[in-house]
Amino acid sequence: MAALDTTQSAELTRQPPRLMLAEPILTMRGIARIYGNVTALGGVDVTVYPGEVLGIVGESGSGKSTLLRMMNLEDTPDTGIYNLALPGHEGRNLFTLDRFERRMLRAHHIGIVYQNPHLGLLMNHTSSGNVAERLLIAGNRNFAELRERARQSLDASEFPIERMDARPNELSGGMQQRVQLAKAIALEPAILLLDEPTTGLDVSVQALVLDTLKRLQRERSITMVLVSHDLGVIRTMADRVMVMRRGKVVEQGLADQIFQDPQHAYTQQLVHAKL
Amino acid sequence: MNIQVSARQAASPVLRVQGLSKQFEMHHLKRTLFAFENIEFDLNAGEFILLKGENGAGKSTLLRTLYRSYLPRAGHVYYHTQEGIIDLATAADVDIAVLRRREIGFVTQFLNARPRVAAEEIVAEPLRLAGTPHSEALAEARRWLDAFGVKKQLWSAYPSTFSGGEQQKVNLARALILPQRLLLLDEPTASLDYSARRALVERLTQLKASGVAMIGVFHHPDDVKALIDRELHLEAIKIEDEQDDVAE
Amino acid sequence: MKLQELTKPWMAFNYGFLDESAKREIRRRILKAIAVPGYQVPYASREVPIARGWGTGGLQVTLTLLKPTSVVKVIDQGSDDSVNASSIRKFVARVGGAVETEDTMAATIIQSRHRIPEEKLREDQVLVLQVPNPEPLRPVQPDMSVAREMHGDADYGQLWLVLYEQLVKSGRIMQGSSYPSMVNGRHVMTPSPIPRWDVPKLNQADHLTILSAGREKRIFAVPPYTRVEPLVFDDVPYRVEDHQDKTCYRSDVTGFFMNELPQEDGSSQYELSDSHFGVKHIRKLEAEAVEIGETWYKNGRMD
Repeated sequence: MAALDTTQSAELTRQPPRLMLAEPILTMRGIARIYGNVTALGGVDVTVYPGEVLGIVGESGSGKSTLLRMMNLEDTPDTGIYNLALPGHEGRNLFTLDRFERRMLRAHHIGIVYQNPHLGLLMNHTSSGNVAERLLIAGNRNFAELRERARQSLDASEFPIERMDARPNELSGGMQQRVQLAKAIALEPAILLLDEPTTGLDVSVQALVLDTLKRLQRERSITMVLVSHDLGVIRTMADRVMVMRRGKVVEQGLADQIFQDPQHAYTQQLVHAKL
Repeated sequence: MNIQVSARQAASPVLRVQGLSKQFEMHHLKRTLFAFENIEFDLNAGEFILLKGENGAGKSTLLRTLYRSYLPRAGHVYYHTQEGIIDLATAADVDIAVLRRREIGFVTQFLNARPRVAAEEIVAEPLRLAGTPHSEALAEARRWLDAFGVKKQLWSAYPSTFSGGEQQKVNLARALILPQRLLLLDEPTASLDYSARRALVERLTQLKASGVAMIGVFHHPDDVKALIDRELHLEAIKIEDEQDDVAE
Repeated sequence: MKLQELTKPWMAFNYGFLDESAKREIRRRILKAIAVPGYQVPYASREVPIARGWGTGGLQVTLTLLKPTSVVKVIDQGSDDSVNASSIRKFVARVGGAVETEDTMAATIIQSRHRIPEEKLREDQVLVLQVPNPEPLRPVQPDMSVAREMHGDADYGQLWLVLYEQLVKSGRIMQGSSYPSMVNGRHVMTPSPIPRWDVPKLNQADHLTILSAGREKRIFAVPPYTRVEPLVFDDVPYRVEDHQDKTCYRSDVTGFFMNELPQEDGSSQYELSDSHFGVKHIRKLEAEAVEIGETWYKNGRMD
């Protein structure tokens, strides 16, 4: 079965001839991290195209969250290269950037929403302040502008404006995620990373937050990488899907194809169990 | 999108299907389900092919395979686009995604109702995404909702609250508002009333005249009698694991 | 048996009270602080004969810089004659043989708690400020290690947020003293609890300023001709205390930083905070020959 696994996966993840209708915005090649016997990530390739939502689905231990953290330059693999098609960074392996350059790149070009709002938010500051902080890091020093842009961002995330000066620890889980979202999109980043953004929320709240995400993505053509173990979330949001298992990509394809015609045994298991 | 059918393009087919076969490998059941084998046909601009066959013969499966919701086991689906000829069977996902956005449409009876988006906005969206100003797109959307017989009060309401038939009309209006190059139609008239079916046929006639290539399965084939150029018969594969020759 | 037989023979203290190795270390720390303006340099803060929290950091710097030719002025909230300032000044004079003064213009070292004198300091003068809490990030990040990383990353967003939230809540910046200021465009420091009035004096000053926290064991510095810019939004100008029209009831001087003395009838009297500056003006009125130095503020404003 293991042998079948690899051949099948190779077949299912090969790079077919391109008509070059679109150029990628994010490219990762050969991402690997191994601790002794444990393969956290075993040679993963990722490509993301502008304006699309790439869903990465897998169970815990699949390596999907580690991969996302690496996209956010919070973490570095043992081997592998990472490119973003950004002016000034063409062809650069972003893993070679030093701490300061990473911070600046993250600040300007990458937005992230974490599952745990404590990771993504400053709990001892107001919600509008949280959004304003992004703008401040980018060098904005105009109070009126900071306030207005924070308000706009929160509004776009369907956060109730009358509570924009409440602190996140006074807010519900769904609202906290909206503040994270507002913060993440404030500078119109090149890519938006989402790590289980609705996991842990009440089901009804999940639907509302996903709805906001979907709307925002379509309106602004935001390029997103969405990691989730929840197939329903992936199905709602993703254009293309990557299925990961124990550090490897077992299958990837268009979202409708993955859900309607999964090829790999593991994908079939996932899809048929959940739906 | 304005479809110009140039003389050169008119000469070569929009779609050329060769040796297309589909089967489903159900790993856990250790079974293989054969859907169809060796399908071959050409489809030209402005042509309409009706898919026929019994239930389970693989008509819907064929359409989905052409659209790449299903992956073929073997064969080619050569599609003629402005950048050249591309084999949809093996093309990269991203290219398929672009083509779907730009020029290949799949029309089913099921609407992906997004909560809290008005019907007219859903219908207007393809136009807006193609660059039409919002107010114009909205006006056009309303025209089509009207043509398909959707009551005016419902235009600003959320389709998730509509009946099946109403949702279907919204679906069709949206799917057909922007002329595609290739249309795949999977029982679009199911659950539609007579006048809506007529509106659909009218729209399809318009599109056909402007050069759109179409292939579809219809619950009421008589509706589209006037549009049909050719028919493609699929036969169900009766015994699993045995290879039957199907198609014309 | 006499006490004298039980105790060791009397020996004089080292010049400047601190031993030479202590002075050497502090000298080196000061040099490092000058090399990286605004950066807090940790140092081994020694025991001196005053309690922590009463100016031990400032005193250690003063004792390190002390020479027999030094002329030392010590002020506390602008006043030379407070008990604390007087005690420190007399101690310094005693262990260093230095001359004491109350005249800002005559001093070579000015040790101060929470104020900068009104008369402009020169290149040959050193200002030593006493600092209770050297870490500007403490209100937003109590963890010292994390705060150090933030300084390393120049991650001061949260400091800006404190000001932003003051504006949102109260309509104006409420920061009264210790106004966070960017030094040399790189590190944010607290200028110690000097009032907003005094912070602009540090910007591109002719003199060297050394800030020292004895209890917290940190030294930082602003070299001469270095930018010191309070964190300020483009559209909300930096505002100093509203003292430009206030008059000192004793010296009749207007337009300098005042102490407010509430009166029984509810009104307030104002008195110059820089007490010797007031004294000079009074002497001048009494036709004494007295030299009053150029001030940073003129007509109640600083350009």
